[in-house]
Amino acid sequence: MTREEAFRLYRQMLLIRRFEERCAQIYVEGKIGGFLHLYIGQEAVGVGAMSLLREDDYFITSYRDHGYAIARGTDPRPLMAELCGKATGISRGKGGSMHFYDVPRGNFGGDGIVGGHLPVAAGMGYGIRLRGTDQVCLCFFGDGAVNEGAFHEALNVSALWDLPVVYIIENNRYGMGTSLDRASSVKDLYQRGSAYGMPRREVNGMDLLAVRNVLGEAIDRARKEKRPTLIEAETYRYRGHSMSDPGKYRTKEEVEQMMQVDPIFLWGKRLIEQERFTTAELEAADKEVIAEVDACVRFADESPWPTHESLYEDVYVRSPYIHLKSADKDPAWKASIREDKHPDTFWRHAVKEAK
Amino acid sequence: MAILTMREALNQAMREEMARDQSVFILGEEVGAYQGAYKITQGLLAQFGEWRVRDTPIAEEAIAGIAVGAAFIGLRPIAEMMTFNFSILAMDMIVNHAAKYRYMSGGQMRCPMVMRGPSGAAAQVAAQHSQAFEAWYAHVPGLVVAMPSTPKDAKGLLKAAIRDDNPVIFMENEVLYNLKGEVPDEEYHIPLGIGDVKRSGKDVTIVAWSRTCVTALAAAEQLAKEGIEAEVVDPRTLRPLDEDLIFDSVRKTHRCVVAEEAWPMASFGAYVSDRVQRECFDALDSPVIRVNAPDVPMPYSKVLEKAYVPQPERIVEAVHQALYRQEGR
Repeated sequence: MTREEAFRLYRQMLLIRRFEERCAQIYVEGKIGGFLHLYIGQEAVGVGAMSLLREDDYFITSYRDHGYAIARGTDPRPLMAELCGKATGISRGKGGSMHFYDVPRGNFGGDGIVGGHLPVAAGMGYGIRLRGTDQVCLCFFGDGAVNEGAFHEALNVSALWDLPVVYIIENNRYGMGTSLDRASSVKDLYQRGSAYGMPRREVNGMDLLAVRNVLGEAIDRARKEKRPTLIEAETYRYRGHSMSDPGKYRTKEEVEQMMQVDPIFLWGKRLIEQERFTTAELEAADKEVIAEVDACVRFADESPWPTHESLYEDVYVRSPYIHLKSADKDPAWKASIREDKHPDTFWRHAVKEAK
Repeated sequence: MAILTMREALNQAMREEMARDQSVFILGEEVGAYQGAYKITQGLLAQFGEWRVRDTPIAEEAIAGIAVGAAFIGLRPIAEMMTFNFSILAMDMIVNHAAKYRYMSGGQMRCPMVMRGPSGAAAQVAAQHSQAFEAWYAHVPGLVVAMPSTPKDAKGLLKAAIRDDNPVIFMENEVLYNLKGEVPDEEYHIPLGIGDVKRSGKDVTIVAWSRTCVTALAAAEQLAKEGIEAEVVDPRTLRPLDEDLIFDSVRKTHRCVVAEEAWPMASFGAYVSDRVQRECFDALDSPVIRVNAPDVPMPYSKVLEKAYVPQPERIVEAVHQALYRQEGR
């Protein structure tokens, strides 16, 4: 990794951190509603993973999904606008915090059902195999998802058919308020891969370099050998599960202890000690990202609310195979006939023809 | 025109679409080497190979999820459910993923997939294997639901379903797989969302789909002997629903019977009768009469099963009621 790249990743982690902190703040102000799951503490996993992906690769995530989109280079302004339910949001104000998508960047987004996107990731892997390209799909989920039936079904077929999917458990030790000890019979979650004969690794998810090493190997395996991997990244979230969770099921000491191995702090220390950056340079970066987040909030504040008309848009795809006569009385069908906002981006970026 | 069974017609539809478009593939339990639990996919593995005709483990959530994921990146999967009774294990993939990602992403995504297989009662397979779940799927915005009653409709609608960019729930019927009918020799498809008048008449409208439409046609034969001319309307697609076809018929006949195999409470027939009574209030000479399964699970014994599945006699009786004719007079 070059010195510049090391600094870029630092800045990305910092941007996620400041973005998330600001989310918490404006949530309290009432600008963001519903569920808000913050990625604070887990930044090294998302940033490390995205730094390894090729432009035409795919990923799909759980609902704790802000960090990946930022790390993948999505403009954070429409992300903040989405959180505020504005028309300029990345999902046009229809998704909110749990549903960030950016299909042109291969981001198939935030899934709100624990474990629900794992079979979908297997399907993306299957599609890649069928087309015969060397793309890969990353699938991020929490430790809570491994106890869902969908986890078993997805991992079994991925190993059975050699699908190029990397499954990444971000083990932050708690599925909402239930600790791993109380939820999983096996404590080393990566070992669950052995049930499927799947390559498996654990990694310190607070250490960006370690994440990159382990993930890099898995992505290589998926790309070259078409084989899946199960990775357990041990990480931690400093905040509660969502904004309504004060996190009383764990001790203050535990949280403070984990903050000592904060991924941004550790990476910053490395930049200073090994890459000869100065504290002032890191502080300047912090000021910059704070200003960037300010601009995000301004953008969201100044953006219009969605029109009532848009309520009916984006349900169906306009199609010559649906008869319009029956459809034109139903507002959702009518809206599909009227417009399709994204046909071009979808077909250009999501559909990658066989080489 | 060739005379084909519905099984052959469905097979042809998939074979033709797979030959036409490399992105179409099939996956499901026993679809390949076994040639299909009901032989709908017979011969396809040999023609298209294992990546396009994929035998899966018994894992409905994975089957549906793989279809959803592959569709998201532009393929056109056909997920076969051995029967729709098992599709409820995959409900999350359909309701929360296939139907919702387009909306949740503000229109960025598409899910051009088909989930197909037999639905409804078969023969003496009891409560867990004889259920009519069309209302469950028709309830969900984002889905298309098709239920053909003839070989011609089955082939034409399935071809449209495969080509369409929306997720289509395509419910067949095991009892109808051997039903024969004329199927055009030339290339054709039937757009989703257009109903069909299966028999014209002036005295009463019977709305019915899938197997119950065939039952309704038998009932119409019996009624004709009494001098009652029933019009049988087959919506073919439940979502979107060709309401105008139903309303036009009711405005002509002034009486309406809605027959279906599902339970009465919160069924699709309940929705149709609500719409008819609301939109054709002035045209109706009697309330809409409904024919349903009794509000109990399906029993095993053939005697009880016959009492459960709507028979032509029950539809005849409902028509009599709609016409205010009492039995035995």
